[in-house]
Amino acid sequence: MESINYQNFRIDAENICVDYNGKVALYDANLRLKPGQICGLVGMNGAGKTTFFNALTGFVNISKGKIRINGESVRSAQKDQTIAYVPQSEGIDSQFPINVWDVVMMGRYGSMNIFRCPRESDVQAVKDAIERVDLTDHLSTPIGNLSGGQRKRTFLARAIAQRASILLLDEPFSGVDIRTEKLISELFIQFKNEGKTILLSTHDMIHVREFCDLVLLINKTVVAYGETSEVFTPENITTTFGGISPDFLFGPES
Amino acid sequence: MELCSFLTLDSFITDPLTHDFMRKALLMSSLVAAVCGYLSSYLTLKGWALMGDAVSHSVMPGVVVAYALGLPFSLGAFIFGVGSVALIGFIKQKSRVKEDTVIGLVFTGFFALGIVLVSKIKSNIDLHSILFGSPLGISLSDVKQTIFISLLVVILLSIFRKDLMLYCFDPRHAKTVGINVLFLHYLLLTCLSLAAVVGLQSVGIILVVAMLITPGATAYLLTDKFDNMTIISVLSAIISSLIGIYISFWFDLETGGSIVLAQTFIFLFAFLFAPRYGIFKLKKFFAGYK
Repeated sequence: MESINYQNFRIDAENICVDYNGKVALYDANLRLKPGQICGLVGMNGAGKTTFFNALTGFVNISKGKIRINGESVRSAQKDQTIAYVPQSEGIDSQFPINVWDVVMMGRYGSMNIFRCPRESDVQAVKDAIERVDLTDHLSTPIGNLSGGQRKRTFLARAIAQRASILLLDEPFSGVDIRTEKLISELFIQFKNEGKTILLSTHDMIHVREFCDLVLLINKTVVAYGETSEVFTPENITTTFGGISPDFLFGPES
Repeated sequence: MELCSFLTLDSFITDPLTHDFMRKALLMSSLVAAVCGYLSSYLTLKGWALMGDAVSHSVMPGVVVAYALGLPFSLGAFIFGVGSVALIGFIKQKSRVKEDTVIGLVFTGFFALGIVLVSKIKSNIDLHSILFGSPLGISLSDVKQTIFISLLVVILLSIFRKDLMLYCFDPRHAKTVGINVLFLHYLLLTCLSLAAVVGLQSVGIILVVAMLITPGATAYLLTDKFDNMTIISVLSAIISSLIGIYISFWFDLETGGSIVLAQTFIFLFAFLFAPRYGIFKLKKFFAGYK
């Protein structure tokens, strides 16, 4: 009975702690997300947003707590290609000699043989993914020659090609053009309908209200978590940002 | 050397080939250059130039001890190369000293230990050939070792070619899709140590880092495709080796230094005239010309 309960959640993080050489980056954090839910991750720089992502992908080890992905361990989620991570623009060397096609193909690596030889199905998955982000004209363009928005879409296509059921997006809307923003928000709706679970970090409060069913406010630990309409209040935001009022941060109307 | 024999290109190339030691030097140096050039693409993209410098200097005491004990020198070099990296990681984690300081500190320490050992262990170790390389005086057992290590590195890099590229580009994604990032990290370090070991025979400990970064840097200026980068890197490394050895033969110059200088000149040429990324951006120039 217990395991069936777990299965209901795509992400189930329970009291997780992460520390780097004794320095606490995140403590007692909880998060539960079901299929088709979009959750915003909001916090200051250094509040532990990237650490939270890293813990979910297994890039850092948690020192306490438990993470279940579709009821299983992070390790088996990695093996099953369950989670896709879309990095923020600063996290990527844009001068790396690689083109759009090869980046998106990297989404298929985890399910290929040891030499990473693409099968027909991989090629098709990559083609479809690139089509969905509208980059078919840029298949062989080096990523260094793309605009910020096109580069963001490339990494989104990689996540699509991976066929992951959970998408983690680090600042998906920062530094992108209007067209990309529109395309990403359309994709979000499609992902939601496909039953994918999305966790995105953002600085932009308007995007939280627009896309996110749920919001997770963090400052080293969870400040507030729940339905956006209930939890995303000026008081909570003030607490999250260390006592600075949201009026000061985003203007009185936001 | 007679001037007239020097003037015809044909004899410039064929005359040295009549000497057994020159044929061996050209072959072995090309092989070593190819291996280092192959690895070079990864090191320059990963930003491991300083790490390459550290490992190559740190192998010094290993080489000396191995010679003294009559062991294969590559074994000693490998142990100290990997050991230096482990020590760097340990000190960095356990202290507040910044990484580049730790790297500099550790490798100079190892290097100094090597020099002190050479002066203490009375043997027939030729300090000059360790420091500056001796591709012309390479022994048969060294040839066997070099071929074995080179093949090993090439096979390892070829099997994990794409994974290593992903590791250099986006280790977080690699980890997310279940690829063993820690394994790739140590694989690259192992290849670095091994390449440093074979490279030091050609150009010596002091200059071997050039073999590990210059060809990659040159290729990086010339292409936007990773596969092409590897090919260009290997080719430019081999060509530099051949040019360096010929020049050193005809003008009686230090061989290791000549090889590295040839690499540096090829880099400078790319730096100035690379079609897209050179100072003079030839591509734009010709586009305007049409």
